Amino acid sequence: MAQDHSADAVAVAAAECQHLAATSPPTNPKTTWEGCSVLLDINDGDRLVFARLSPAATLKIGNKKCSLGPLLGCPFGSLFRVGNGPGEPCLSRCSHSTSGASDNALQAIEEESIAEDSRDNRLLIDNNTAQNLSSDDIDAMRRNGATGDEIVEALISNSATFKKKTVYSQEKYKRKKQKKYAPKVLLRKPSARSICETYFKKFPARIGFLRVDTLSLLLSMANVGVHSDVLVVDMIGGMVTGAVAERLGGTGYICSTYFGVTPYPSDIIRMFNFNSEVYSRIVHVPVSDLSKSLDDFVHSEISAKAPSMLPESAECRNSMDISEVPIQNFDLIKEKSLNNEQTSVMSDVGESQHVASILCPSGANDLELGHDTPITDKLVNKGRQAPLETMKQWKTNGFSGLIVAAPEAEVGTIVHKLLPLLAYSAPFAIYHQYLQPLAACMHNLQTSKLAISLQISEPWLREYQVLPSRTHPLMQMSSFGGYILSGIRIRNSVPSSI
Amino acid sequence: MLSLDPSKRNSLQRCICDGDLVIVYERHDRIKAVKVQKGLDFQNRFGVFKLSDWIGQPFGSKVLSNKGGFIYLLAPTPELWTLVLSHRTQILYLADISFVISYLEVVPGCLVLESGTGSGSLTTSLARAVAPSGHVYTFDFHAQRATLAREDFERNGLSSLVTVSVRDIQGEGFPEEFCGAADSVFLDLPQPWLALPSVRKMLKQDGVLCSFSPCIEQVQHSCEVLTSGFTDPNVRLIGDMQQLILDIRTFEVLLRTYEIREERMTTSEADHESPVGPMRKKRHCTPHDVDDSQGERTATTVTARPCQESRGHTGYLTFARLACS
Repeated sequence: MAQDHSADAVAVAAAECQHLAATSPPTNPKTTWEGCSVLLDINDGDRLVFARLSPAATLKIGNKKCSLGPLLGCPFGSLFRVGNGPGEPCLSRCSHSTSGASDNALQAIEEESIAEDSRDNRLLIDNNTAQNLSSDDIDAMRRNGATGDEIVEALISNSATFKKKTVYSQEKYKRKKQKKYAPKVLLRKPSARSICETYFKKFPARIGFLRVDTLSLLLSMANVGVHSDVLVVDMIGGMVTGAVAERLGGTGYICSTYFGVTPYPSDIIRMFNFNSEVYSRIVHVPVSDLSKSLDDFVHSEISAKAPSMLPESAECRNSMDISEVPIQNFDLIKEKSLNNEQTSVMSDVGESQHVASILCPSGANDLELGHDTPITDKLVNKGRQAPLETMKQWKTNGFSGLIVAAPEAEVGTIVHKLLPLLAYSAPFAIYHQYLQPLAACMHNLQTSKLAISLQISEPWLREYQVLPSRTHPLMQMSSFGGYILSGIRIRNSVPSSI
Repeated sequence: MLSLDPSKRNSLQRCICDGDLVIVYERHDRIKAVKVQKGLDFQNRFGVFKLSDWIGQPFGSKVLSNKGGFIYLLAPTPELWTLVLSHRTQILYLADISFVISYLEVVPGCLVLESGTGSGSLTTSLARAVAPSGHVYTFDFHAQRATLAREDFERNGLSSLVTVSVRDIQGEGFPEEFCGAADSVFLDLPQPWLALPSVRKMLKQDGVLCSFSPCIEQVQHSCEVLTSGFTDPNVRLIGDMQQLILDIRTFEVLLRTYEIREERMTTSEADHESPVGPMRKKRHCTPHDVDDSQGERTATTVTARPCQESRGHTGYLTFARLACS
């Protein structure tokens, strides 16, 4: 019985894979399509969820489960509201003006009354008696088809203390009620910026605490641009690899290299919605292969990791999977696979309960391979082995830049091994979490004269709230986004060293 | 500067040719751009360098002067260009440039509008970001500066990616031909709020705008215009709904740099020495006083500490996104 299930499921999954490959998205797509990866922004950044769109996909908001079907075919940047009608709540597209207009009206009022506003909160006592409507009243309103906005208006008019509040307080109150009773969902396009920001906010450890401004610096410092062959050590889930691939736009190569025999996990790449052209530029090659001499390339076979070695389950899972499931979370997958669900369910970046994703009932295969099986997309597999010709070219030309994002690893050895693979005058940028190892590495480079223009930088980023009479830096701030060691490889004048 | 032709990208095979632009690195704070021309010389504090000697060497080589001094010859990149270009105006530096390009979501194929061009520091990085299929249209109201910028882009091989025009964006807005065509817009103007209505017309849905302003009052004024929903009746309405601006966020970015040194940390013997200075040690030198042979007295450590001087402020970066109708 179970086996029949798996056979069918695998067939469906394989078909989906082909479908995905066939309908490869254009570069810089503006509307969603089935199978695309999106970032859902609920209530202005309160909650952020990565999701993969399909007619069966759902999202839980509050205690309601909404279908994501209405989001298919809509432009990125569209806004949706949760409807309160009878039956299953659903997301309906709305214009930004209906949600923003009330705020704007409020803003107009407040500007006139700022000068005369003598209200303050000295008489307001917080004892839960201000609101006349009970939760039963509100539920009744809902059942009668009241919209979220109508409920918020009712709450305001039934609040004994609303009029006594200052205009700013009223604004805050209204916004708070809107978030609860009239939540909105903004459909965002995943990009290096939004993916990095989301991870940094919710699961920073997974990207090694790489903040978005630090990531931007790495890309600039390593001169990532058209036709670049960029050497990357990415131990942060594929964040850097994806960002570099986004900038190369289908030209050049991203050689994602690794020490040992297993490539580092790179699930994050799948969130970018790359088309096959861009994907084909991402290749994974072990350092041992890169360090071979040119003669070795000519005379021996490179041990390429054949796609057939990877389990089918991993491949089909990747084409439909939700990115948030950690690779180690096999138990969850196995459980759900027994239920044979084909729906892609959201795993919430913002909340701790993981709603599992499953699509591949052949979860048994995953378990057999163990926890450190690299999961790579089928499309990535195609380009995964670098063609022999390309590797020879890298050897003769050298890479045009190096980015290392190995925030916990021994950085000195990494740099020592990889710097010789760069062309002369090629820049490099090393991201690390700790200052001392980076300082030691920089010192070694200085004394060995392998590089110049060496600099250790710490990026600093502060956000501001800019509102009339209320402009100030945000109360919360990220005080640390890592360190970067940057420099330029030079032709060492001592011939024996290179 | 950009490897628009993959065979010409900087590599171990590519050597310096006559006519190439080379970045001369003397010291981390002394860098210059030099155009290589056979028969000419380059002179600096280290002596005279014959440019003909540079031809045929790979980028990244060390070359000697007639007096035995040396410099390094580097391949130009937008980052190095920012450090060597001639300042006709105040320019943007690495921290702001890299953040702007990331936050504007500029990728190959994008169409980017910029005003003012200034000295072309950001423009050069924008060109790299949109290559090979995108384009940067940059505008400056100062005719001479526009010409100088155009010449720079020409010399750096960027003319196919960058178009410079003379136009007063604050007064006239961006040209109508770009309506609804821009993926990203960047403003570095004294009164950017005057240009905002035009920017709104130019941006594609979900497109991103950035305004760079040194003063907080400018930022406040710009944000007010952005949030007011553009009640100006001259603004184009899409369908029946006015397009609104989302994601209005203002940032400051800076880079803190560190200096790395190998220091000798001396420890003193408690009984017969004061902790200060090697000089004292020498004077009281007796047979059983040792210095270097005893490890614990003069260990060297690699130390890191932030640099004393650093840039305090360049400008505020305000970003906003054009909502979908």
